[in-house]
Amino acid sequence: MLPADHGDGRSDLKLELRNVTKRFPGVVANDSVDLSVESGEILGLLGENGAGKTTLMNILYGLYSADEGEIIIDDRVMHFEGPGDAIAAGIGMVHQHFMLVPVFNVTENVVLGVEPTVGPLGTIDLGEARREVEEISSRYRLEIDPTAVVEDLPVGIQQRIEIIKVLFRDASIIVFDEPTAVLTPQEVEDFFKIINGLKESGKGIIFITHKLGEVLEVADRVAVLRRGRVVGEVDPEEATKEQLAELMVGRPVDLVVDKETAQPGEVVLSVKDLLVRDDRQRTAVDHVSFEVRAGEIVGVAGVQGNGQTELVEALTGLSLPLGGHVFLSGEDITLASPRSLHRASVAHVPEDRQRSGLILDFDVAENIVLDSYYAEPYSHGLRMDWGYAHQHAEELITQYDIRTPSSYVTAGNLSGGNQQKLIVAREFARDTKLIIASQPTRGIDVGSIEYIHSRIVEERDNGAAVLIVSSELDEILALADRILVMYRGRIVAEVNREDATPSQLGLYMAGSVA
Amino acid sequence: MTQEQMPTTEQPTPAEPRWMQRIAPRDVDWTTLVIIPLLAVLSALIIGAVIIVLTDGFGAVLPAYWALFKGAFVGWSSISETLLAATPLILAGLSVAIGFQAGLFNIGAEGQMTIGGLTAVIVGFNFEGLPLVVHLPLAVLAGFLGGALWGFIPGILRARTGAHEVITTIMLNFIAYRTLDYMLKLPFIQKEGRFDPVSKDVLDSATFPPILKWLPVENADRLRLHLGFIVALAVAWLVYWILYRSTIGFEFRAVGANPHAAKYGGIGVATAIVLVMALAGGLAGMAGGNETLGVLGRATPGFTAQIGFDAIALALLGRSHPGGVVLASILFGALRAGGRTMQAQSDVGIDLIVVVQALIIVFIAAPELVRAIYRVKGGKKQGQVTRGWST
Amino acid sequence: MVDLTAVTGSVELVRAPAEVRRARILGITYLLLAVVVYFVFAAGTDGDVTFRFGEQAGDLEWTVSASLLATVAAIIFGFLGGVQLTKGFGSKTNLVLGAAMGVFAFTFLGWAGAGKSIGIVGILVTTVAAATPIAFGALSGVMCERVAVINIGIEGMLLTGAFTGAVVGTVLSPVLGIIGATLAGGVMALGLAVLAIRYRVDQIIAGVVINIFALGITSFLSAQVLVENASELNNPGVLGPLRIPLLADIPVLGRILFNQNIFVYVLYSLVGVMTYLLFRTRWGLRSRAVGEHPKAADTLGIDVFRTRYRNVFYGGMIAGFGGAYFTLGSVGSFNENMTAGRGFIGLAAMIFGRWHPVGALAAALVFGFAESLQIRLSILDVGIPSEFLLMAPYVVTIIVVAGVVGAARPPAADGQPYIKQ
Repeated sequence: MLPADHGDGRSDLKLELRNVTKRFPGVVANDSVDLSVESGEILGLLGENGAGKTTLMNILYGLYSADEGEIIIDDRVMHFEGPGDAIAAGIGMVHQHFMLVPVFNVTENVVLGVEPTVGPLGTIDLGEARREVEEISSRYRLEIDPTAVVEDLPVGIQQRIEIIKVLFRDASIIVFDEPTAVLTPQEVEDFFKIINGLKESGKGIIFITHKLGEVLEVADRVAVLRRGRVVGEVDPEEATKEQLAELMVGRPVDLVVDKETAQPGEVVLSVKDLLVRDDRQRTAVDHVSFEVRAGEIVGVAGVQGNGQTELVEALTGLSLPLGGHVFLSGEDITLASPRSLHRASVAHVPEDRQRSGLILDFDVAENIVLDSYYAEPYSHGLRMDWGYAHQHAEELITQYDIRTPSSYVTAGNLSGGNQQKLIVAREFARDTKLIIASQPTRGIDVGSIEYIHSRIVEERDNGAAVLIVSSELDEILALADRILVMYRGRIVAEVNREDATPSQLGLYMAGSVA
Repeated sequence: MTQEQMPTTEQPTPAEPRWMQRIAPRDVDWTTLVIIPLLAVLSALIIGAVIIVLTDGFGAVLPAYWALFKGAFVGWSSISETLLAATPLILAGLSVAIGFQAGLFNIGAEGQMTIGGLTAVIVGFNFEGLPLVVHLPLAVLAGFLGGALWGFIPGILRARTGAHEVITTIMLNFIAYRTLDYMLKLPFIQKEGRFDPVSKDVLDSATFPPILKWLPVENADRLRLHLGFIVALAVAWLVYWILYRSTIGFEFRAVGANPHAAKYGGIGVATAIVLVMALAGGLAGMAGGNETLGVLGRATPGFTAQIGFDAIALALLGRSHPGGVVLASILFGALRAGGRTMQAQSDVGIDLIVVVQALIIVFIAAPELVRAIYRVKGGKKQGQVTRGWST
Repeated sequence: MVDLTAVTGSVELVRAPAEVRRARILGITYLLLAVVVYFVFAAGTDGDVTFRFGEQAGDLEWTVSASLLATVAAIIFGFLGGVQLTKGFGSKTNLVLGAAMGVFAFTFLGWAGAGKSIGIVGILVTTVAAATPIAFGALSGVMCERVAVINIGIEGMLLTGAFTGAVVGTVLSPVLGIIGATLAGGVMALGLAVLAIRYRVDQIIAGVVINIFALGITSFLSAQVLVENASELNNPGVLGPLRIPLLADIPVLGRILFNQNIFVYVLYSLVGVMTYLLFRTRWGLRSRAVGEHPKAADTLGIDVFRTRYRNVFYGGMIAGFGGAYFTLGSVGSFNENMTAGRGFIGLAAMIFGRWHPVGALAAALVFGFAESLQIRLSILDVGIPSEFLLMAPYVVTIIVVAGVVGAARPPAADGQPYIKQ
């Protein structure tokens, strides 16, 4: 089924999306979108979360079907019933969240669906498969061990597998959906080299991102999507980040958070020599020590997967550290439970709002009291006071600009931004001594991002000690007064905001100690 | 489906009327709550009729169903029998329902009922001379505790080792049956003079008194409905209060809906699991006590009469809500009572009821199926509960 | 080549808290067993027990002091407990647990048979027979769970298979009875598949529904129709053992493994075939992908729904075939609820066997052994009430599930319906 020579594909292809429209209940995800891309060029597709980029690409890849409009390749209208058809037409997709089976090895993942077989039972010819993977790997300089099991591989390497997958199927057009989310600045540079290499061998590339700097650097053309529409096509040579941001959001955007200098007070959080293991029994937090003072924001930067998640879980009582100590204003809270931390005025905005932060089946009021229901005034002994809970929730809805008709609405019906505001409302609307916020604005719209950032600064100015963990370097640079960089479970740098530069931080994030 | 993948909406869909929301459970609308179950029952009866036709011919359908209806609803005797049959179903149904609310599958109501009925009986035939006001509650309590123990075991196994309660509760059902067989042959339990497994008779001071004797109808003193029914209703109200008005119930429901978020909110998930299973076991134990301290007056092998399995259907039918469970139990009680009459007065055996009940469950478990058959629109999607084998 | 170890950091393997707890419970259990075995089976037991490994004169025999046997066993358990509590057995934990159960059972037999002689071969023959329906249940479970569909309804499928096998076997012929049973199981499984995949009913509830439905229909039809017409509808007879020449002559093992009925031979083949297909062929890779990461499979053009429907159907057929064993391979007619929980024990065997066909077979043999032991002991009149012996398989299941689950990993998407937009 597969030609012996992989990754060639076509070098004179033209892909067009004409008038593509896709509706979901209550919203138009894509509205008369026109796009085109040719072999040997990189089209950047820019838009904030919820603008419709992923939907559009899912249509292109055959996972959704458009309500109106057409996909045209070389002036022929294509009908995709599923990814198989798109793959056959030469379209390959490298997804934002990797589509790799963790327990399979590299080769098995690459050939899944197009396996070379031998014999009547469909026995897979693993030797042949491995040979073909190695061939592509060396041709495109994507170094990989074909027999390695995926779940043991770091994220940056896993991305290569996705690329090899796409090349194995002779893709001519390759779509990359938010590919740099999990890479250090250095790995991003390597990635750009790979992309340019693919472009030179004749591939057409669609590069989806919400990062303004990157798209300006690597794309030949940039299309901006907002609320499902293409609102502009820009020449990256001439455009500025501010122009792009304004196109993306529809109004001038302040890319820098307005804040005064911090006035740090007493030490509130003191972490000493903390040792935490992850659920695969490897050391995730490796003897980490740092402090956070009242009235300052400390940002922990670093690519996801370097121990930040485990650090936050240990600090917030969701997991038990194996060694070291944590002190809250002198009190030992190393083994404290989430409940006792809550009582001690520690607020936690969790990394995964739908998993840990909210109960999607419960309504807004029930979620507001999720961690405080057990005490007055929300309950009296064993009896819940729902009347008060709903009243309180209504107040917070107004105060924190949560867009919902009432406190009886199910949390699952709120948009991502409003869900996050609910959590922020819950955590910030009480006495907070220490706030630990992990990826506080991941996956939400710009308006909500601005709002939450301003609230965080407000809490800081009211004397709270704030610890922010974020894999978005821009967020750290916007909010933090002091920056720590985490790499492989260790704090490898500690810098004041005024002294920090993205490239320097990037080096730390990649493990090169300057 | 993550938020990143779905287009965001600024305005969520409008909320349900306030009064309905306050009843809870989440996302309830009229179609799902009332119409679908009615259609499910109707469909089941239709298919039941088809089965009768296939096994006994066309002529058998009407007499059978008429006998069924008569035996369930016509006359005080029928009503008494219906509500009497509903009583243990209410308690067992609550047992399964409270488990579902916490995300746990209590398939062990049969076993819990068995053990609870046994412990109730033991207290019931001992302690001569105690007044009814003391002896009966004591026996009921014994039933509760026996069942609670049988629910505690799978609870703690689930909490500490991750052993899935579906398997452990089912195994404990079988173990309970054998334990009952064994205990009923022990001298201090076995009825004097008998060699078959049957317990001593429960004393009058520990028997549920009939409550319809005062009715101005013929043979009112033969109406069997007893105090247990009132107790069951009271317990149903109590379970409602616990689930929706207490802090503990909030914890149970949170653990059932999202254990990660529950843990984040400071709820002890393991403790909740153990507590729920013990409580569920106790409720089923009370169902057992209701039987042995009620019309049976003693314990014999198989006295649970598959009530524990019907309970699963009841919890599904009642959407795990105590009110729904009560209504569903009355329905199933009607089927049981009517079914006996049907067996006596027509050619169709009582096993048909089992089939009808099974069909009701099938249709209830798949409301989309009923929707598709009858082209009913609207309503919310059914959520999934299972998270796989380990915690 | 990329240096992978450099990026993953220190790789010391320490056990997780839950695993440590489980290991500790298991270790303490071993130690307790050592104590119990010593004081109950060894101390105060007089007499020798003779284990016969064949019924003809000249066959292997082994006479040993029951007390000595028990003492040795106690020492073994003590040793196992020590290792379990300190280092643990890692991935071999299940294997060791299974072997330990074997040792315990052997010791128990020794104590029960002190002063008498015990035919081992008979016990093992019964073991294989008792394990057969459990193994089919377990294999059915593996087939379904590998594509991430939890099949609680195996009990119902076994029952349906038993019923269909009996009726069709009587009316037509035993062979057609088997075919009918297999198809009936498949149809039941399709019911489960439709509920779980199409209507996204919770898989456990769907399975329970199937069980209740199967129990209801078979009991109703049995009471209503079979009882009156037993000779015309419920009298298929039993398919006797087939002796495989040459293989059956192997000493000891031959008599046990190769003198069984057709169901057992199909079981052996099925285990081999399933293992090969699952791990060496395209079908197997794609099925497993659907079970581990359905979204990934979907994006590569694999039809997740069709794969699930198909595999669940196969699983149902396997269970249906296994169900026919009850009526056509063992009892000779259908009785209400005759499966008595074997389907659930099969699920436990599947978990014990770590979702692998060979493991499932091995685990089923362990359960079969428990059942076989129970039969033998009630004949021996050991002084333990028969009711407790009857409980044995169920207790063993609980121990296995409590001690074992979580140590193995089910397919990652197990239990979750696949939602396509």
